[in-house]
Amino acid sequence: MTRALAIVLLVLLAGCAKPEQGTTLRFWAMGREAEVVGELVREFEAENPGIRVDVQNIPWTAAHEKLLTAYAADGLPDVCQLGNTWIAEFATLQSLTPLQPLVDRSTVIDQSDYFAGIWDTNVIDGQLVGIPWYVDTRLLFYRKDLLRQAGYSQPPKTWAEWEQMNAALKKVMGARGYPVLMPLNEFEPQLSFALQQDDSLLRDGDTRGNFRSPGFRRTLAFYDNMFEQGWAPKMSETQISNVWDEFFRGFTAFYLSGPWNIREFRQRQPPGLEGEWGATPLPGPDGLGAGIAGGTSLVVFRSSQKKEAAWKLIEFLSRPAIQQRFYKIIGDLPPRRSAWQSPELQDDPLTAAFADQLERVKPTPKVLEWERIAQQMRVVTEQVVRGGLPQDKAVEQLDQQVDDILAKRRWIVEQQAGTAAKAAP
Amino acid sequence: MSRVGISREIGQSRWHAWWVNGGLLLLAVISLAPLAWMLSVSFMPSGQASQFPPPLLPAHTTLANYQALFARTGMGNNFINSLLVSVGITLGSLLFNTLAGYAFAKLRFACRERLFQMLLAALVIPAQVAMLPLFLLMKQMGLVNTFGGVVIPALASVFGIFLVRQYARSIPDELLEAARIDGASEARIFFQIVLPMLKPVLVTLAIFTFMGAWNDFMWPLIVLTDQEHYTLPVALASLSREHIMDVEMMMAGAVVTVLPVLLLFLVLQRYYIQGLLLGSVKG
Amino acid sequence: MKRGSLAGWVFAAPALIVIGVFFGLPVLSALALSLTDFDLYALADPHSLRFNGLGNYIDLLQTPMFWKSLGNTAYFVVAGVPLSIAVSLGAALLLNAPAARFKALFRTALFAPVVTTLVAVAVIWRYLFHTRYGLVNWGLGQIGINPIDWLGDPNWAMPTIIGFAVWKNFGYNMVIFLAGLQAIPKDLYEAARIDGASRWQQFLHITLPMLGPVLLVVGVITVSGYFQLFAEPYVMTRGDPLQSTVSVLYFMFEEGFKWWNLGRASAVAFLLFLIILAVTTLMLRFGKRRELV
Repeated sequence: MTRALAIVLLVLLAGCAKPEQGTTLRFWAMGREAEVVGELVREFEAENPGIRVDVQNIPWTAAHEKLLTAYAADGLPDVCQLGNTWIAEFATLQSLTPLQPLVDRSTVIDQSDYFAGIWDTNVIDGQLVGIPWYVDTRLLFYRKDLLRQAGYSQPPKTWAEWEQMNAALKKVMGARGYPVLMPLNEFEPQLSFALQQDDSLLRDGDTRGNFRSPGFRRTLAFYDNMFEQGWAPKMSETQISNVWDEFFRGFTAFYLSGPWNIREFRQRQPPGLEGEWGATPLPGPDGLGAGIAGGTSLVVFRSSQKKEAAWKLIEFLSRPAIQQRFYKIIGDLPPRRSAWQSPELQDDPLTAAFADQLERVKPTPKVLEWERIAQQMRVVTEQVVRGGLPQDKAVEQLDQQVDDILAKRRWIVEQQAGTAAKAAP
Repeated sequence: MSRVGISREIGQSRWHAWWVNGGLLLLAVISLAPLAWMLSVSFMPSGQASQFPPPLLPAHTTLANYQALFARTGMGNNFINSLLVSVGITLGSLLFNTLAGYAFAKLRFACRERLFQMLLAALVIPAQVAMLPLFLLMKQMGLVNTFGGVVIPALASVFGIFLVRQYARSIPDELLEAARIDGASEARIFFQIVLPMLKPVLVTLAIFTFMGAWNDFMWPLIVLTDQEHYTLPVALASLSREHIMDVEMMMAGAVVTVLPVLLLFLVLQRYYIQGLLLGSVKG
Repeated sequence: MKRGSLAGWVFAAPALIVIGVFFGLPVLSALALSLTDFDLYALADPHSLRFNGLGNYIDLLQTPMFWKSLGNTAYFVVAGVPLSIAVSLGAALLLNAPAARFKALFRTALFAPVVTTLVAVAVIWRYLFHTRYGLVNWGLGQIGINPIDWLGDPNWAMPTIIGFAVWKNFGYNMVIFLAGLQAIPKDLYEAARIDGASRWQQFLHITLPMLGPVLLVVGVITVSGYFQLFAEPYVMTRGDPLQSTVSVLYFMFEEGFKWWNLGRASAVAFLLFLIILAVTTLMLRFGKRRELV
């Protein structure tokens, strides 16, 4: 019996954490970035003996949940790659270290070198809480040969042109495929179109939904129309086995995606199709349109006990030379203009398309609830496209749901306004 | 299993026997087919299972999936985690539940019956109600993402206490009285007289508890937050979301998860089913 | 009996403490949490916690998604429980028949799915029911039926999960029914046969009535268990397609552990508990009236 007790105790003790030896930085990175950042990190360790970096790979599908769970359980890492649409959320939770003082002292990080719109996504309530790591936006990859078959030599610049092209392409492609591929499990395509409107997505100081605005209604109509006309398949990612194969097999002519696919497509292009595909900025309602000011930043969590070492890692990864190497390895676009001065980035027509789109990116609302709102938008939109929900009812529903989601934020803002009013003489 | 030929009672036809056995065979095939397929695919070379028509047998058997599983995904680690956690819960809860079950059956103390009624009533409450605050409690105790967080809340269960109590009631009181008169302490009586008599129910409870702990999913999912600490079900669920197209490797993972409990069941099914009946149909 | 009293407490204490601290306390806390608007803001700053009273409950009853999840769960229960019980009873009858051979072997085979890890077999089923590469659609194709998008079509996703749940659990109830069947005296059947009753009549007038109490217990256990549907949607469909497989517990899990609205999620858990309590009480009362208990 005592033996059994001993075993039980041993098992319980096994759960206790071991003490750290030396400085080990915990660095959470997501998806492909986590896989390739390892070799850069080894260089950093060589330059900084005494600092070890433990890279944890978090899949994007679980990242938001894991981060919040870690926050709730006091288990956040030292350094983290954070999608910039989530920065407002974690800043509101008081979990991010303000970085301005460190930037002011830094010789590596020069604010003026960064794309202004991207830098701005890291400033919440006047405080800088993240350093951009790479930029990301969505645009159209397209098949030039299929467009020529349909009678077009240039990609579309406006929504109207695009719709015309899709109609023509549909006739050419028939049952073989669809002119446009926008998997229904992604909210980025629709978000891109929504940002092209003048109406903002939230109103009243970002405390209520603005999805009943004419701008969003137009977006929803445009998006739904793609599926109604049969130009885009009503499928989610899991139903399309391999996007790259399908693109090159001619299943689709336009694919709305991001910079990581530059490399993927280049690697997988079959002989005979080189030069027959390209990238073009998103068409907008009246001319080339805006896109999502996306990307990820590097942040230092407030709970970290190793902020000095963490900052060193961030400075290392922000060096223009390192960012160029990073681009070479993975295809993530650098957020610094000086890093764009490399031949690979300057002479590449595909990255030129991204550079062009990046001139017209807009940020998403900087609210804690943004991730949930974006997902809700996707859910309601899917109900319109696949479930037969009328568009009018959909925008009403969405606004109501978003108002509910933002209820606590409204209350807090009112509280703060109240205290400010009382404090004012 | 009697091999005295099919019993031929008045009016029964051979046709009837074919129907009965055919039906059983069909059910058995349906029950086992997915498991057999799982085993088969786990030995297939990568990519073979995503073909049309879907293959039933491997083109050539390979251990590559298992190698990839243990090398790339760290499932060996998760296997050990599951083992540690399940053994810990089994041993610990066996001790706690047996002590309490015996106490509720044979030792008199104030409010004994009332307490037991309350415990039975608690059975009605689904465990998920407690999970959210339990997470916050674990956080306060610093037990999030530790094995302690998984093991400690499972160290006692109403079902276990109920099972032991049912069984312990049949221990003759005179035996215990005689020992007490002889001057033995309660602890001595428990360890030297009662425990040996409870052996059958202990074996049953141990199997039940181990298998339940091994297969448990929702609570470990909540309280374990990084891959290193995951138990097998949680690791498998998380992997299956990432490696959606890697069928063969996922099946290898499924085999690793399912085989231990299946084997345990095959060897000890008599006790398992006994326990099931004892718990569900009031004996 | 003072000595016995102390020993009793000492022996029972460890288990009672564990249950009290790690179950009882959280349950009471959940009740308290459900009366507040505990969420991410509160996790960061406890001062932003507000006492809501029954606000969460009223809110939930006006939330369409809650009702949708309840509807999905009710669909699962109403379709799944009778199906599961029917299959279990059928299997038990087959196993109990004198004409059956290799009984121990069959019983093991039919029970095997019960002990398998749910997550693992859910993953297996997801591949078996794959639209293009799944064996099920291939089999259907052989007999001339077009492939069905089992887990991608909102009309078929829940039935697939129901089928899965029945497959996984029918062995459990089968064993209970088997014990119940074996407790029925054989001479009742003898007498009926001599009187000329057919097998079906014997089933209706002897088997079913004698199984009454067992049927009730099995029914209550299965209904209660099926209301707690969570792991299957979590592993197989994540609530999709079009939220047709979001169960009440899945809704609670997302509300609580994805968005950290712990107040609201606790309210969902309690509502579910009340619903299960109501349904099982009704069943027991019905059983009492029919003198099954």
